[in-house]
Amino acid sequence: MSEQEKKEDVRIGIFVCHCGSNIGGLIDCKALAEYAKTLPNVAHAEDNLFTCSETGLASIKKAVEEHDLNRVVVASCTPRTHEPLFRECISEVGLNRYLFNFVNIRDQCTWVHMKYPKEAYEKAKDLIRMGAYRAVILEPLDTIIVNVNPGALVIGGGVAGMHAALNLSRQGFKTYLIEKEDKLGGRLNSLYKLFPHDIDASEFVENIKNNVQNAQNLEVYTSSKLKNIKGFIGNYEVEVEQDGKKINLSVGAIIVAVGASLLKPNNLFGYDGKNRITQHELEPKIKNNEINANNIVMIQCVGSRNDERQYCSSVCCMTALKNALIIKEKKSDINITILFRDLYTPGIDYEEYYKKARKKGVLFIRYGLDKEPTVEGNQIKVYNEYIGEEIIIPYDLLVLSTPLIANDDNKELAQILKVPLEVNNFFLEAHVKLRPNDFATDGIYIGGSAKWPVDITESITQGYAAASRASTILSHETIEIEGATAYLPEWNKNLCKGCEVCINICPYNAIKKNEEDEIEIIEALCKGCGVCGAACTKKAIIIKHFTNEQILAEIYAFGGK
Amino acid sequence: MEEASKRALVIGGGIAGIQASLDLADMGIHVDLIEKKPCIGGKMAQLDKTFPTNDCSICILAPKLSECYRNLNITLYSYSEVQKVEGIVGNFSVEILKHARYVKEDLCINCGLCVEKCPMRVEDEFDRQLRKRRAIYMYYLQGVPAIMTIDKKNCLWFTKEACRICEKNCEKEAIDFNQKDELIKINNIGSIIVATGYNLIEDIDNDILKNYGYQKYRNVVTALEFERMLSASGPQEGHIKRISDGEEPKKIAYLQCIGSRTDRGAKYCSSICCMYTTKEAMIAHEHDNELESYIFYIDMRAGGKGFQSFLRRGEAEYDIKYIKSKIAEISIDKNESPIIVYEDLDTSEIKKLKVDIVVLATCIIPPEGIVKLAEVIGFELDDYNFIKTPPFSPVKTSRDGIFTCGCVHEPMDIPRSVAEGSSAAARAAEIIRGG
Ligand SMILES: Cc1cc2nc3c(=O)[nH]c(=O)nc-3n(C[C@H](O)[C@H](O)[C@H](O)COP(=O)(O)OP(=O)(O)OC[C@H]3O[C@@H](n4cnc5c(N)ncnc54)[C@H](O)[C@@H]3O)c2cc1C
Ligand SMILES: Cc1cc2nc3c(=O)[nH]c(=O)nc-3n(C[C@H](O)[C@H](O)[C@H](O)COP(=O)(O)OP(=O)(O)OC[C@H]3O[C@@H](n4cnc5c(N)ncnc54)[C@H](O)[C@@H]3O)c2cc1C
Ligand code: SF4
Ligand code: SF4
Repeated sequence: MSEQEKKEDVRIGIFVCHCGSNIGGLIDCKALAEYAKTLPNVAHAEDNLFTCSETGLASIKKAVEEHDLNRVVVASCTPRTHEPLFRECISEVGLNRYLFNFVNIRDQCTWVHMKYPKEAYEKAKDLIRMGAYRAVILEPLDTIIVNVNPGALVIGGGVAGMHAALNLSRQGFKTYLIEKEDKLGGRLNSLYKLFPHDIDASEFVENIKNNVQNAQNLEVYTSSKLKNIKGFIGNYEVEVEQDGKKINLSVGAIIVAVGASLLKPNNLFGYDGKNRITQHELEPKIKNNEINANNIVMIQCVGSRNDERQYCSSVCCMTALKNALIIKEKKSDINITILFRDLYTPGIDYEEYYKKARKKGVLFIRYGLDKEPTVEGNQIKVYNEYIGEEIIIPYDLLVLSTPLIANDDNKELAQILKVPLEVNNFFLEAHVKLRPNDFATDGIYIGGSAKWPVDITESITQGYAAASRASTILSHETIEIEGATAYLPEWNKNLCKGCEVCINICPYNAIKKNEEDEIEIIEALCKGCGVCGAACTKKAIIIKHFTNEQILAEIYAFGGK
Repeated sequence: MEEASKRALVIGGGIAGIQASLDLADMGIHVDLIEKKPCIGGKMAQLDKTFPTNDCSICILAPKLSECYRNLNITLYSYSEVQKVEGIVGNFSVEILKHARYVKEDLCINCGLCVEKCPMRVEDEFDRQLRKRRAIYMYYLQGVPAIMTIDKKNCLWFTKEACRICEKNCEKEAIDFNQKDELIKINNIGSIIVATGYNLIEDIDNDILKNYGYQKYRNVVTALEFERMLSASGPQEGHIKRISDGEEPKKIAYLQCIGSRTDRGAKYCSSICCMYTTKEAMIAHEHDNELESYIFYIDMRAGGKGFQSFLRRGEAEYDIKYIKSKIAEISIDKNESPIIVYEDLDTSEIKKLKVDIVVLATCIIPPEGIVKLAEVIGFELDDYNFIKTPPFSPVKTSRDGIFTCGCVHEPMDIPRSVAEGSSAAARAAEIIRGG
C-alpha cells in the first residue's frame, strides 16, 4: 500500500471521544489522539470529553476550517445512534456527509474489554489506524431523493389502529384502515366495563367507530388481509384481499396495530371453561348477570411471569380488580379472594383502584412462583407466606388471569413487511426508549398491544404516536434516503454473467432484471446491507461506501501497524 | 402563502417535550420550545444509564439535544418562562419572559475561561448539591445551548458590586452585566403542549425522608443523588464512594416507595422506581462485582417491555436480593453505616441489616410552578396537581388546543414519555392542519 501512504490532497482530522468515562475511564484518549497524529494524511487530531456535545461539534467545525480538513474520523461510541449527527455536522461546514468515518472504540473496546484496559487500548489504536486508512479513499456520495405518496395504511382496527387512522386522516392524509375481522373494535368488542373509570366498553367503542365512519379521507376495509407489499418508504404498493377480492392501494407509510391474542390456559389450574374460566370469559357473564357464585377465587399471573413466558402482561391485575369490584358492587356479600404475586397497579388511578378494592373487602393473598396454588376439587390450597402455613379456600367460581400473547400470524405479517419480532413474537421496535413506535426500517411504524401488552390508554397513546411518526414522512413531497447502496457500474456490466444470485439473495427485493435482461438495482429499495456484493461471483456489484478497496485498506492497515 | 402558517408551542425541554418538538418540526411545523432552565434535557440528562437496556443516558440523549438546537423549524428559548397566554384554540398568543444570562448567546463559545477564574463556589443544583459549581456556569457539561449563565443570586457583582473577573477573562467579550430580562411575544400559535415534567418529594419536603435518616445520616442518599454519584461526569467522577468517609461501599440497600403508596405522603405509585433501583444496583455492581445489593419493596412493578427479564437478570447475574418488606427504622453504627430494621413479609420476622449506603427511591411529584402555569394557560389539575386528562384521552387537557405529555400528568418512564411526546405532536398537528 505504499503508493497510498501519503496522498497530497487528503487531510484527515481525528477526534477521540472520552464519552465521559465510558471510554476515557478505561483508556488514555489523549495518548490515542497523539497516536492518531502520527498516522499518514492526518492533519489534525484531538480528544474531547464528549465529541457529540455542542462544544465537541463546534470544535470539529473549527478544526475543519482551520486545518482545511477534507476527511473526518470520530473514534467514539457507536454509529447506531451517532453517525447521523456527525455526518450532519461536517455537511454544515461544506464537506460531503460520506467523507466521515466512524470508529467504534466504546462498544468494541472499552465495553466488551472492560476488564482488559491494556488490550482495549491497543485495539483502539488498531481501529483508529484502520479508520484513518479507510478515510483516505472514502468518496463523496449523493443522497437519493424520492417522492412521497401522502397516503397511509393502518393494519388492525382496534383502539390503537382506529386512533392512528383518525389522526392521520384529520391531518389531511388519505388513510386506509384494514381489519381482518368483519368489524372494527378489536378486543374491546368482547369486554364489559373498562378500568379505571368503569366506562361501558360497547358505548366507548361505538363512539370511536362512529368517528371513523364519519371521517373524511378515511377508508375502512373489514374482513381484509394484507397479501403483499412492494416498494419502499414513501412509495408502497399494497395488495389487500377482501372476501377473496383483490384491492390495490398506494401509500407512503404503514402502521402496524394488529393487537394481541389471549392465552388459553389448557392444563392450568383445572381450567374447564365452566366454573374454572378466564377473566375474558368472566366479562360477558358479569354483563349478562350470570354470576351465581358465592365464593370467587381469582389467580393472577396464570401462564405469565414464569420461565416459559417471562413477561408481565400488565393488564390482568387491573382486569381482576375491575371485575372483582363490579361483582362486589352488584352483590357485596360475595367473597372474592385474589391470589397474586405482585400487584401491578402503577401510577395514580390504578393504585387508587387497588385501594378501593381493598376497602370493598376483596381479599388479597400473595403467593410465590416456587409455591403455586393448587386446585383440588372445589378447594384451592395456597401457601400463605405471611402466616407461614398452607390455607384452604373453597370456591364455586375460579377465574384465571391469563396474559395477552402475540398473535399467531405475526410471523407471516413480519415477513411481508420485513420487520423483526422479539422472543415472545411481539413486534420489535427500533429502540426501546427513544424510538418506541418506529421500526428500524423507515416508513413502517408500530403501536398498541401488537408491540407489547398495554392498556387502552397506552394503546391510544401509541396509536397517535405511530401516526405522528408516519406524519414526519408523509408531510413532505420528497425525502432523502441513504446513498450508500449497491451499485452495478456501467464499466462492470460486462462482468455480469446473469447468474441471478444477487436477485435471489437480496432480502429487500431491490434487484431485478430489466427488459434488456440486465441486472438492475433499485436504489431506493436497497438498504446497503452488502450481501449481493459479497455473493456476486464476478465481483461486478460494488457496495458504495463499503467498496472492496475501502475494506481492504482497513485490513492492510490492521496488518501493517 | 396568504396567511402566516400556524406554529406550535412546547413548554418544557425534557425528553417528552423534546420528542414532541422534533416530531412537529419534522412534519414541517414551526415550534417554539420554552425551557425554564439554562439548558434543555430535563431529568434524563441527570441519569447515568437507563433501564431496561442500560444505555448511557446522556449518550443517547445528546443527539436529540443537538437536533433541537440545529433544526431550522425549532426556535429554542432556554432560561425562559411563559407569562401569559391569550386567544383560543387554533390561534393563541403567548408572552415569554426570557431571563438575562448576562452572557451574550452569540458570542460565548463555552471555552470555560470565565468559570476557571470565578471565585464564588455555589452548590450545584444539577449535581443535587453534591458538588460546587461557580457563579458563572454551564448548567451541565453536555448542555444545549452550550452557553454560560451567570447566577445572579450568587454573583459577587450583583450581590456586592465587586469582582467582574469573568468579564476580564473572557476573550470573546461575551459577558454583559447590563443584559436585561426580555419580554417576547409570539403570535399565531395553533396549539400548545405542556411537558414540564416532575420534581421529587425531597425538592419540597424532607419530613417523610427524615424518618429514613435522610440528611441526618450522611450515607443515606436519594436515588437521583445516587444517579449523580454513579455518573462519570458527576461529583464522584463515576467512582462510588460513601459521603461520610470516601470509602467504597460493599453493601448497598435500596428502599422503595419512599413517600409513595402511603397515606402519609402520596397515595399513588411513582411507577418507575421498581425498575430504576434494579438498574442502579446493576450499574453499581459493574463498578465492583463483589458488591451486595438489597432491594426492599412492597410489590415489584415491572410491566414494560423487557422489564421482567431485566429483574431476572438482576437476581441471577448481579446478585441482587429482593426483600418484600416493611421498613421499621434506620439508625447508624459508629462508622456511620446505616442499620435497617425491617419486617420480612415473606417470613413475618423482624430482621436487621447493616449496609454501607442506603438509597431512597423517593416519590415523584408534580413540577414546581405547575399551579401558576395552570392558571396562566387555563387547564385543570387533579387532586395531586398533576395535569388532569380525560378518560382514554391520554395527552389531552381540559382546555381545547392544549395538550400534555410526560411526567407532568402522571409518573412514567422514558419509553412512555417519548411515545406521549409523539402522541401530543400528532394531536397538535391535527389542530394546526385544521382537522
Ligand atoms: C379480559 C381483558 C380485559 C381488559 N380490560 C381492560 C380495561 O378494562 N381497560 C383497559 O384499559 N384495558 C383493558 N384490557 C386491555 C385492552 O383490551 C387492550 O389494551 C386493547 O384492546 C389493545 O388495543 P389494540 O388496538 O392494540 O389491539 P386489539 O384490541 O387486539 O385490536 C387489534 C385489531 O387488529 C386486528 N388484526 C389482527 N391481525 C390482523 C391482520 N393481520 N390484519 C388486519 N387486522 C388484524 C384484530 O382483529 C383486532 O381488531 C383488557 C384486556 C383483556 C384481555
Ligand atoms: C432516580 C431516577 C432514575 C430514573 N431512571 C430511569 C431509567 O433508567 N429509565 C427510564 O425510562 N426512566 C427513568 N427515570 C424516569 C425519567 O426521568 C422520566 O421518565 C423522564 O425524565 C420524564 O421526562 P419529562 O420530559 O416528562 O420530564 P423532565 O425530564 O422532568 O423534563 C421537564 C422539563 O421541563 C422543564 N420545566 C419545568 N417547568 C417548566 C416551566 N414552567 N416552563 C418551562 N420549562 C419547565 C424542566 O426544567 C425540564 O427540563 C428515572 C427517574 C428518576 C427520578
Ligand atoms: S399484570 Fe398482574 S397478573 Fe398480569 S402478569 Fe402482571 S403481575 Fe401478573
Ligand atoms: S414504582 Fe415501585 S417503588 Fe415506585 S412507588 Fe410504585 S411500587 Fe413503589
